[in-house]
Amino acid sequence: MTPATLQAEKIVDSSGDLCPTPILKLSKGIKEIQIGQVLKMIATDPGAEADMPAWARQTGNELLDSHKDGEKLIFYFKRAK
Amino acid sequence: MSKSDPNAPKRLAIIASKGTLDWAYPPLILASAGAAMGWDVSIFHTFYGLTLLLKDIKAEVTPLGNPAMPMTMPFGPEGFQKIDWPIPTAVMATPGFNLMATTMMKKLFHDKGVASVPEMRAMCVEAGVNMIACQMTMSVFGFNKEDFIPECTVGGAGMFLDYAADAEVQLFI
Repeated sequence: MTPATLQAEKIVDSSGDLCPTPILKLSKGIKEIQIGQVLKMIATDPGAEADMPAWARQTGNELLDSHKDGEKLIFYFKRAK
Repeated sequence: MSKSDPNAPKRLAIIASKGTLDWAYPPLILASAGAAMGWDVSIFHTFYGLTLLLKDIKAEVTPLGNPAMPMTMPFGPEGFQKIDWPIPTAVMATPGFNLMATTMMKKLFHDKGVASVPEMRAMCVEAGVNMIACQMTMSVFGFNKEDFIPECTVGGAGMFLDYAADAEVQLFI
């Protein structure tokens, strides 16, 4: 799936935050959507590039897409459980 | 899964043994990150780590006896902020120096987008991290349970080891 076709139910913007705040905001945000829905995550912490896929592996939620948009790192997660 | 129950969440068992501002961060960061991953997390606060449970955290930092600590300014132009100032040890020992170093470290962390230690602790508590106070060091240093945040529980080495024996990750900090 390409980012253009992904419809996010919720957007979590953690721009300007460093570790571990992005994954704390992500874990809070994912609980606010339904299973099967998509969350868009925005971060500027360079560490998020590795932390976000790791969070998905550990929680079992699906990382659909990740890409860079200038300074910003964009991730799309699908809530799996 | 924990080691003995494949249906239980993963476990993280941390011992927090230090109470300075710099050492307050690692246990709280790892605990909150573990909780955000859906893990079951406990921090056993012992010795100086007990002070991280005080209602009002007074954690300070000092470069005295800590030569690796960068002494940089959290303000001014970028080039100025990169200068690592050579502070003589005798100056570090003067009254007020800890307070100054602590204030500057807090400002640096805040400016870079890192949550404060009280905020990090609040996030741990909110995420359900089990905050344990070591009974033995409480008795030695004269702390009462009332001195600490109400969410903390009190325990000993046996209680911690019983929990840690079933944890995938065990850390001493």
